[in-house]
Parts: sequence; C-alpha cells; structure tokens
Amino acid sequence: MAEQTSTANAWPANPADLIPAGRKRLGWGLLAAATLGLLAIIVVQILYKTEMSTVGFDTWRPVVYAYILWGAALGAWQVLTRGEDGQRALFLLPALLFTIAMVIFPTLFGFYIALTDWNLSSFTGRRFNGLDNFWQMLADPYYRNALLNMVLYVLAVLVEYVIAFGLALLLNAQIKARKFFRVVFLLPLMLSPVAVSWMVGKSLMEYRFGPAATLARHLGWDNPAFFSDPITARISIMMLDAWTFIPFMMIMLLAGLQAMSREVLEAARVDGATAWQTFWQVTFPLMLPVSVTAVILRIIFKLKLADIIITLTSGGPGGATDSVSSFIYREYRDRSNVGYGTMLAMAYLIIIVVFVTWLLKVASRFVRNVN
Amino acid sequence: MSVQTTDYTVSEIRSPAAFIASRVFIYGALVFWAFVCLFPIYWTITTSFKSAVDVTQGHLIPFVDFTPDWKGWRSLGLSPDSISQTSTVRDEFLKRFMNSVITSVGASALAIIIGSLAAYGLVRYRYKFAWFRNEDISFFFLSQLILPPVVLALPFLVLYREVALLDTRIGLVLLYTLMVLPIVIWIMRDQFNSIPVELEEAALVDGLSIWGAFFRIVMPIALPGMVAAFILAMVLCWNEYFFAALLTSTDAKTIPVMVASQTGSQGINWWSMAALATAAIAPLAIIGIALERYLIMGMTAGSVK
Repeated sequence: MAEQTSTANAWPANPADLIPAGRKRLGWGLLAAATLGLLAIIVVQILYKTEMSTVGFDTWRPVVYAYILWGAALGAWQVLTRGEDGQRALFLLPALLFTIAMVIFPTLFGFYIALTDWNLSSFTGRRFNGLDNFWQMLADPYYRNALLNMVLYVLAVLVEYVIAFGLALLLNAQIKARKFFRVVFLLPLMLSPVAVSWMVGKSLMEYRFGPAATLARHLGWDNPAFFSDPITARISIMMLDAWTFIPFMMIMLLAGLQAMSREVLEAARVDGATAWQTFWQVTFPLMLPVSVTAVILRIIFKLKLADIIITLTSGGPGGATDSVSSFIYREYRDRSNVGYGTMLAMAYLIIIVVFVTWLLKVASRFVRNVN
Repeated sequence: MSVQTTDYTVSEIRSPAAFIASRVFIYGALVFWAFVCLFPIYWTITTSFKSAVDVTQGHLIPFVDFTPDWKGWRSLGLSPDSISQTSTVRDEFLKRFMNSVITSVGASALAIIIGSLAAYGLVRYRYKFAWFRNEDISFFFLSQLILPPVVLALPFLVLYREVALLDTRIGLVLLYTLMVLPIVIWIMRDQFNSIPVELEEAALVDGLSIWGAFFRIVMPIALPGMVAAFILAMVLCWNEYFFAALLTSTDAKTIPVMVASQTGSQGINWWSMAALATAAIAPLAIIGIALERYLIMGMTAGSVK
C-alpha cells in the first residue's frame, strides 16, 4: 500500500526480507480478520435496516467502532509486515483515515441526497427524483440572488485588503506602544462573530437608540436604518464581517513588511524616491506574494460566511443579504428540505472549487508576471 | 514576531512641520482604529450593567450617564448577590460553557495530535499511496480548507442521526477536528521544515526508533508551533456557530448557539444578552491578549519565506 524511502538516505530502511515470515503472516491475518469483521458488521446492519433479518443494532454506531478497529489493524499490519517503513506510514495513517471517513463518505452521500426529494417534515420519506432538484435550482431566483451576493461579498475583500494594508503600514511605522496597538487591532478576530454581531448589529446599530445610529444622525443621515433597505443592509453585513477579519490580513501583511529587507528601501531613499514612490515601486511589488496569499485565504473564509447573516438579518430584507450558506441553512431550518438544500450546497461546492482553482492559477501567473 | 522597524516614511520628511503632521496622522489613524476595535467590546461590557432605560436612551459612560447595576449578571445568576443562590439560568449557562470548552479543547487537541503526526510524516518521508505522492497528499489535506461547512452539514445531519452522534459533544469534536485539521497541518509542516534533519539522524544513530526520535527530540522543539496551532484552532472552534446550530439541540449546545437564541417573547433583554455576550467573548479575549505572540506565529506560518 505504501512505499517510502527516507529522504536523507543517511540510514538504510530495514529491508522487508529481514522480517520473519511468521510476523508477516500475523500482520496479514490481523488485517484480514479486521476487514472481514468490518464487512460483516456492515452486511448485518444493512440486512437489519432493510428488515431482511432480525439480528442487528439499533444505530450504525457499531460500524463506526468497527471502522476505528479496522484502522488500528491497518496500522498494525503496516508495522508487522513492513517494519520501519510501516512505522513511517503510521505517522500519516490516522489523519488520512480520519479525513477520508469524515469527508469523502459524507460528500458522496451528499451527492446522493442531492438527487432525492426528501423533506424531513413530510411523511413520505426519501424518494429518488433524479435531476428535479437541479432544474428547480436553476429556476430559483433566491439562490441566484445569494450567489450574486457572494460575488459582492468577495469583492468587498479588496476594500478590506486596502484597510488591512494601511493598518499594517501604520503598525510597521516608528510608533510608540506598538505592542498595545497590535493586541488591540487583533482582538476582533478572537471574538465570537455571533456574540459581536448580536451586540453590534442589534443594539449598537439599533435604529432608535444605538450609538451608531445616533452618530449617523449627527453626521446628517436622517434615517439611519442599517438593515432595512437592501444596499445598506449588505454594506452593514460587509462591515461587520470586515471588522472581524481585517486583523487576519493585517497580521499576515505586517509579517511581510517586517520580513522585507531594509537595504532595498534604503537604496530607494538614496536614489531620491519619495515615500509615495517608494511604496508603489518597492514596497507594494515586494509585498505582492504575501498579499496574494492573504487575499486568497481571506476569500476562502469569506466563501463560508454565514453566522453573522443568520443571527442578524436571517437573509432579510427579502433575501437581500443572503449568502449561499445562510440561504441553505434556512432552507433546511425553516422548510426541512434536505434534498433540495443539499443540491444547492453541492452546486455551490462545485462552483467554488472551480472558482478557487481558477483564482490560484491567475494569482500565481499574476505574481510571476509582476516580479 | 521581532520588533524591528523599517521606517522609511518618516526619514523621508525633512521639515519639522511635515514631520509633526505625519506623526499626527499616524497616531490619529492608530487611535481611530483602536476605537473601532474597542468600542463594540466596551459597549457590550457596559450594557451588561445597564437597565432598560439606560440602553434605550443610549447612555454610554458608567457613573456619569447611568448608575451601573448587576442587572445583566443577576439574570445569568452570576452577580455577587445571586451567585450563592440556585439559578436555573446559571446552570444552563455553565452547561453551555462547559460544552464549548470541551468541544473546542477536545477538537483542537485531537487535530494537533493527528495533524502534527501527518505533517511530520509529510515533511520527513516520501510516501506513495497508489498514485498519490507527498504533494498530492498535502494538497488533499489543505484542500479541505475550501470545503464550506454547508456542504457537509446536511449529510452529517443525516449520518449523525444514523450513528447516534447527533446532539453529542463527540460529534461536534469530530467535525471541528476536521475543520481545523488543514490549518494545523499547514502550520506544523512549516514548523517541522525549520527543524534540521541532522538532529533526528543523530538520535537514530544513538539507537532511538523513529517514533522515539519524534517524541523525544522533535516534539520538544516543535512545541511553540504546536501551541500556536492549538490556540488558532481553539479560536476557530470556540466561535464556530454553523455546525453547532444545525447539529445540536439540547445536550451539546455551545455558547454561540445559546447567544443566538436569546430573543425572548417580550423583546430582547439587552442586559442579560450583553452579559452573555461578554461571557462568551471573555475567555478568548483573555487568551488573545496573553498569548498574542503564539497567535501571530500561527497566522503567519508559511506565508512569509
């Protein structure tokens, strides 16, 4: 299954033929027994659940235990039959088995659910309906709207990036109390977005008495309703989300600034460049790789945006602030529509996999071209 | 993070007036942003000491605008005068709090253990599983980062019901582990890469097995990285809302879910809401201030070469 050679080649791996045949047989026997046990439990369970036999367990939990035991047997088999190479494989196996069990299986299962008509609140149960959910999705204006919102939310990352870069430059300037400011600027990232969006969105930005609304009135906005018309509501959500995540980009950019060599900047200054020129012609190009990493990571996080919207606006007014995640959340929570909701989620997964792959390609080409 | 300064903006400027102007601008911007960061926190904390009138009139400064009162904390059963009495709200709160602690610590610990092992293996050895090599396996782990929670949530809802893990802390721990595993592997790969391989070679020559070398030589060196990864994972798990809202109902509900479900029938009790929010953000705020160095270390891993 696995074949490794040590990277350093400083010590030869134990040749497999040094392992006694008895030990190998033991390993194979163990693996065979565990595999048979796992398969047996699955078969028993399937027969029991489809009411073809009366022997079985109430839940599928024993199958999980059997899988864990099988994983342990797999590890033992590696060590017993392959010696030191097997011990090396043991480093990787737990994470691999865990991720495969937690991702591959549910995702495949999700694709199956996506092709069924399954409403938890109806009595008919699960029914295969082919691509019906897909056609329904194409005709769903709310889903399209949610996708469009995601485009807007992702574009907002650029504004966040500019602010984060500015803050990183500030922290990198010669200032007093740098550590204090750094901790303070970092704080929003630590705080639960749900708790903060509650306190900020529902009381600080409260229409009647919230200090933010009062301030807005003083600044000449007569009707500071942050969440009642679609555009302001979207901007409010973007601002709240930005508040949480700007520190994340800021810290990465700050690290980039601090890693920059001073000689280049000195050279630019000796050549008589102004601060403005130095920034655009030296600092910014040198920071490009870090910037791209920060922005892409931030976009990946942005694509998961849901909790603020769920707690604050529930997608309102009229679905104007919905992200895809919050829309699907309500599709499930309010309508118990598991089949259709899963179809939406799977379509979203495909869209963002394509999008992120494209983004990574473009970004790497972009960085190469500029430098 | 080293405190070195690369100051080129100031040294550029020659006249004292321009220098002062730039100072004023820099500190003005810093103070402004500090205000943006701190005011919501200040508002949350002070609101937990306000009565309804103080909230609706937008009073801001304690002792000047309004008289602080333990109102919010009393409704949670955590004020000085109610702490000795029995309180169902407090029991509920403590239960949620413990759920949050157990799930986030459990998931972070599990992710650190299996993530560090995998990262170490990927850095030090060449693997080949069928046609997958090290780069493919690394990519497989890291690509989990883009998987949005919503894709897994509904299948997990169904699967967890089948395996009786719905509304259990174990179920949440497993999901959170999955969620933070890519980040942990990312950070730990960076850590192990920076440890010279000669150390382990020496350990092997001295007769340690490869696992012995890992535990006795590599682990102690990589410990700061592990702490960094652990804290970052803690933050993400503690604040996680989506899975917790979908997959828990009574037993395993975490703090964010409790916070989000606070709309009572007669409107919102701002003071108790604020007290709850304060309690929800306090642990991480303290951790963040105390262990800021590790947090930054975790976030910048691998980004700057």
